[in-house]
Amino acid sequence: MDLFADAIAWIFSPEAQSGSLPLSEAIWTHLAFTFVSVLIAAAVAVPAGWLVGHTGRGREAAVALSGAARAVPSFGLVLLLVLVFGVTHKVGASTTAFVLLAIPPILAGAYSGVEAVERRVVDGARAVGMTSRQVLGKVEIPLGLPLLIGGLRSATLQVVATVTLAGYVGSWGLGFYIVQGIQIRDFAQILGAALVIVVLAVVLDLLFALLERAVVPHGVAARRSAD
Amino acid sequence: MIEFRSVTKTYPDGTHAVDDFSLVVPAHTTTVLVGSSGSGKTTLLRMINRMVEPTSGTIEIDGESIAERDPVRLRRSIGYVLQNGGLLPHHRVVDNVATVLRLEGTPKQQARDRAMEVLDVVGLDRSLATRYPSQLSGGQQQRVGVARALAADPNILLMDEPFGAVDPIVRAELQTETLRLQQELHKTVVFVTHDIDEAFLLGDQVVILETGAQVAQIGSPSEIIENPASEFVASFIGTERGARALRTKETGHGTVLVDATGRTQGRLVGDDDEGTA
Repeated sequence: MDLFADAIAWIFSPEAQSGSLPLSEAIWTHLAFTFVSVLIAAAVAVPAGWLVGHTGRGREAAVALSGAARAVPSFGLVLLLVLVFGVTHKVGASTTAFVLLAIPPILAGAYSGVEAVERRVVDGARAVGMTSRQVLGKVEIPLGLPLLIGGLRSATLQVVATVTLAGYVGSWGLGFYIVQGIQIRDFAQILGAALVIVVLAVVLDLLFALLERAVVPHGVAARRSAD
Repeated sequence: MIEFRSVTKTYPDGTHAVDDFSLVVPAHTTTVLVGSSGSGKTTLLRMINRMVEPTSGTIEIDGESIAERDPVRLRRSIGYVLQNGGLLPHHRVVDNVATVLRLEGTPKQQARDRAMEVLDVVGLDRSLATRYPSQLSGGQQQRVGVARALAADPNILLMDEPFGAVDPIVRAELQTETLRLQQELHKTVVFVTHDIDEAFLLGDQVVILETGAQVAQIGSPSEIIENPASEFVASFIGTERGARALRTKETGHGTVLVDATGRTQGRLVGDDDEGTA
């Protein structure tokens, strides 16, 4: 328990607030990496996923991609991209790695959300004269939103954990304290930084859980509560 | 008037859903397509609003081939009632009914006012307008489906086994309601069902279909019952059994009608008995 006490003490200690990398700055960088990566990934994966779900085309590729990506070792990917991009482009290389890791769950959330809409609802929408685009925009996207948010949720959690690895290639984020802590054998600092990451992850997860509930369309929520 | 001319539908796997089908659906009457599953009746119905494209042959509405028309505009001009309603679960009843009007650019308030009127027409209380479909009973959802189909006042109404999923009491109620509506509105109705009793009840013209949409017989319910064209028709409509194979039997209280098993199904009434019957 001493180690935990030390770790918590480290979090609030003066050197953590004003060392070579102040804790608040590390938290912001960590979050910035996370959000920018997830946003870029979403900009690519959400439209692609909607299209796959709507047309059914490229579905096998999407399933294979989101399955295979789970097996990609994130640390290896970060290091590989730093080597490929060159050590002068570490930020770009790490961000690219995080984006690549975030794409599969978002893609899966987007297409499975659209696919999960009952076929007879889509059929009815088409039969009363909605264009293909209107079916997507007025029916499939709103009804598929909860699953999409679920995809964003797992992408964010995965990236917020993986951004820690950026500490190995650059002196950013909460990972920096862990890498440095291992070198100087400061276990309080390692555990302290790890705890902060855990808190970030839990808070983000909670926010997404609330969002996921908020986007369930009213009529659908009404049925759930009636069941 | 809707006319099918040598319409064929072959699916890529080689099955002939519809094979050389021709039919004239007269305007302002109800035509019922009836057959068991695999008879292609739903395929035929969905060809009318181009939800299914025929492999060959043409379909004309009032002499104009629908292949020339934009499918989306065509669908908006035709009312379509689906089994299970096919309503949008995330839209309120009033907005579901107003769907087609809104798609056609009618201002929101005007579309809602019209939707409220149509709810009256199909016998739904206006207080249900703000509910979601999931908060309604099956019969009520089906009425909303009919209201949605009628909202834009189309000439043609397509009904795809609309009462297949509701219980018998509600079904009878909806059938009566459909007859009443048709007496008021005089739409050209094409109705698909596998229930021969429903077909005879609602249809001015009944089309009995065999596998591959082969026409077994076309006629009014009376014509078909009085003179079934084939063994298939006779067995399909059940002339040998149930309430359609009746004999008279003299009893102390007058002449009654009994079925094959001897159960009394009705009483024979003379013309002058009608007042007291």
